[in-house]
Amino acid sequence: MGKKSKKKQVLVCCGTGCIANGGLDVYQAFKNNLGELFELASSDDIKATGCHGLCSSGPFVRILPDDITYCQVKASDVEEIIEKSIKNNELIKRLLYRDPQSKKRVQNLEKVAFNSMQLKKALRNVGLINPESLQDYLDRQGYQALRKALKMKPEAVVKEIIDAGLRGRGGGGFPTGLKWKACQATTSTPKYIVCNGDEGDPGAFMDESIMEGDPHTILEGMLICAYTVGASKGFIYVRDEYAGSVTALTKAISDARKNDFLGEDILGSGLNFDIEIVRGGGAFVCGEETALLASIEGNVGEPWDKYVFPTEKGLWGQPTVINNVETWSNVPLILLEGAKKFASTGTAGSKGTKVFSLVGKVVNTGLVEVPMGTSLRDIIFTIGGGVPGKRKFKAVQTGGPSGGCIPESLLDLKVDFDSLNEAGSMMGSGGMIVMDDRTCMVEVARYYLQFLAGESCGKCVPCREGIRSMLEILERICNGQGCLEDLDLLEDIGESVRTAALCALGRTAPNPVLSTIKYFRDEYLEHIVDHRCPAGVCKELSEFYIDAELCNGCGLCSRNCPVDAIQGEKKQPHVIDNSKCIKCGECINECQFLAVKVR
Amino acid sequence: METDALITNESEELDAIINKYPGEKRYIMAIMHDLSRHFNYLPRPALEATARHAGVPFSQVYSMATFYKAFSLVPRGKVHFKVCDGTTCHIKGSQIIIDEIYSRLNIKPGETTADLQFSLETVNCIGACALAPALLANGKVHPRLNAAGVRQVIAEYGGPEYGKKE
Repeated sequence: MGKKSKKKQVLVCCGTGCIANGGLDVYQAFKNNLGELFELASSDDIKATGCHGLCSSGPFVRILPDDITYCQVKASDVEEIIEKSIKNNELIKRLLYRDPQSKKRVQNLEKVAFNSMQLKKALRNVGLINPESLQDYLDRQGYQALRKALKMKPEAVVKEIIDAGLRGRGGGGFPTGLKWKACQATTSTPKYIVCNGDEGDPGAFMDESIMEGDPHTILEGMLICAYTVGASKGFIYVRDEYAGSVTALTKAISDARKNDFLGEDILGSGLNFDIEIVRGGGAFVCGEETALLASIEGNVGEPWDKYVFPTEKGLWGQPTVINNVETWSNVPLILLEGAKKFASTGTAGSKGTKVFSLVGKVVNTGLVEVPMGTSLRDIIFTIGGGVPGKRKFKAVQTGGPSGGCIPESLLDLKVDFDSLNEAGSMMGSGGMIVMDDRTCMVEVARYYLQFLAGESCGKCVPCREGIRSMLEILERICNGQGCLEDLDLLEDIGESVRTAALCALGRTAPNPVLSTIKYFRDEYLEHIVDHRCPAGVCKELSEFYIDAELCNGCGLCSRNCPVDAIQGEKKQPHVIDNSKCIKCGECINECQFLAVKVR
Repeated sequence: METDALITNESEELDAIINKYPGEKRYIMAIMHDLSRHFNYLPRPALEATARHAGVPFSQVYSMATFYKAFSLVPRGKVHFKVCDGTTCHIKGSQIIIDEIYSRLNIKPGETTADLQFSLETVNCIGACALAPALLANGKVHPRLNAAGVRQVIAEYGGPEYGKKE
């Protein structure tokens, strides 16, 4: 075929996950090779994009318009891809994604179960555009929503957001439109707009993927709000660990300034607005909005009690609208497609979609965006492909460290803000961590409490002392020194902290403890009464052995044992020497036959 | 807190970093980030200069330096290991990475080897959950590690390689 007859584009995923797997090398290889081999090699045709979602099979290379997606691509594959798939329209079978359900190789990744149930709204541009290119964003209706808003009355814009039913995606679920309205009603100036990009939840990277994959959409959302409430200055607070996000946002702000989207008299509308990036210091509590504001002001990140909301007295005592990254990315969409269309997706109380980072013991790990109201079962088993190997699903943890663990019996729960709260967990910012029978629920509760104890700012007593006391008890139970009264005590302290703590961090901190006691009481009892950790995680309480009936002597466990504690002849059942065993669990994880068990 | 003097050219570099920012309280954190990148920790003279520059008491800067996890008041090693101990990495075995580093290099989280070559800390989540458990070595992500993988990474950065099965 002729070289220029059909213009091809190559999208290389350079999200954080894919970079760790060598995505940048692949991108560079395309850049280096394509220039000589093919005339299309302008930078527009080879894009380093944000996250494609299915991080477990990255790095991805997507070729358009044929829509071929190759996965786990290495730099050494690039020449072959150019020769076969770009010059000659041939498929390279071995690089295609192998659908775990059908076991077939798939050319178009959009059609596999992982993607087909998803609805990309907040992530509409992520993975499709080069985040460093303003032109790419403009080509996908970029800044059209702002133009539209600037022609509307500010009150009409707020009404649109209220009608859409958008609720804060950072975890609180507060109606965004009402927040804007409250700020609009204040008269004090200057007013500020803040983007909360301090995504501190372990196991969550939704906001990161938007910031590094589609930065302009955040700027546009903030601009629309600035026009609506009459703000002149915005701040984006980003975790310092998110180097890619800082780079992408910095470039986006600079391009927006050059092109009249930021600065004085934006697009001739009279709106003056500029945005500054503030790098966070790595304190989880700064995800709490008042603590975040304190941090921007140059203080330690301690929250204050919200007798008065930030919309009246926020940053430097001035009216401030603060929303999360994902919330901002929904704003331009609402203006573009209209409140009615937006609200047609979702449940009665929660409209639109939600992005989750689906991770842990699940086959397809990555970013998923689904309509509110999708069941946990669909997310974990249809999209996620279920638990890998022959292991059994045990629980899914949602809502970050102060969320809760939801058991198998509630898998048909339709996920939205309210249903998760009722189940004793919460939406949080959208982390979804799947756990199998190798996860100890007591230890998980201990882990979260340890995290929260470290992150509690110490300002109020219930949080500072309550979390610590609960942690001590959980450590005792994990070490085999728990007693039955401990369970009552945990529930008691948990309730007190939930009632009395100053900010959301403290008030939700007991969730991991209370939800695991509620749904996995048996496992606590096994630790306390039987001195046994069924998952084989709490080292004091577990002893491994090999079931001679199931072991076929493949030797995988003994090869992987870091301390040579497993002996056995080839094709004969192996034996664990418990005097040497350090209980790292490597053998259990490796064994394909579930022969390694916990006594 | 340890007191340590800076040598002359270091204090010039220090001024250059601090003077990039206006003398306002809200730039303290940005200054500390840059200082931390440059010195690999926050030396006391640097914090004192920051306080003078921003016009706040030293205690204010000190409280921020100790509150935020990104900062260290003691020197870190040339190779800085950050073990991700986010939930996913935790349930997929970050403790194995921590244990293995301890058994090879004799450092626990928050510690640095005596020769200032390696230091270790845990971080809450690096956003690479699909690659758990992960280790950051001077900013580079090493995905899906087990004990043997950790030994390889340590060797890659010039550490002692005692691995029995390599």
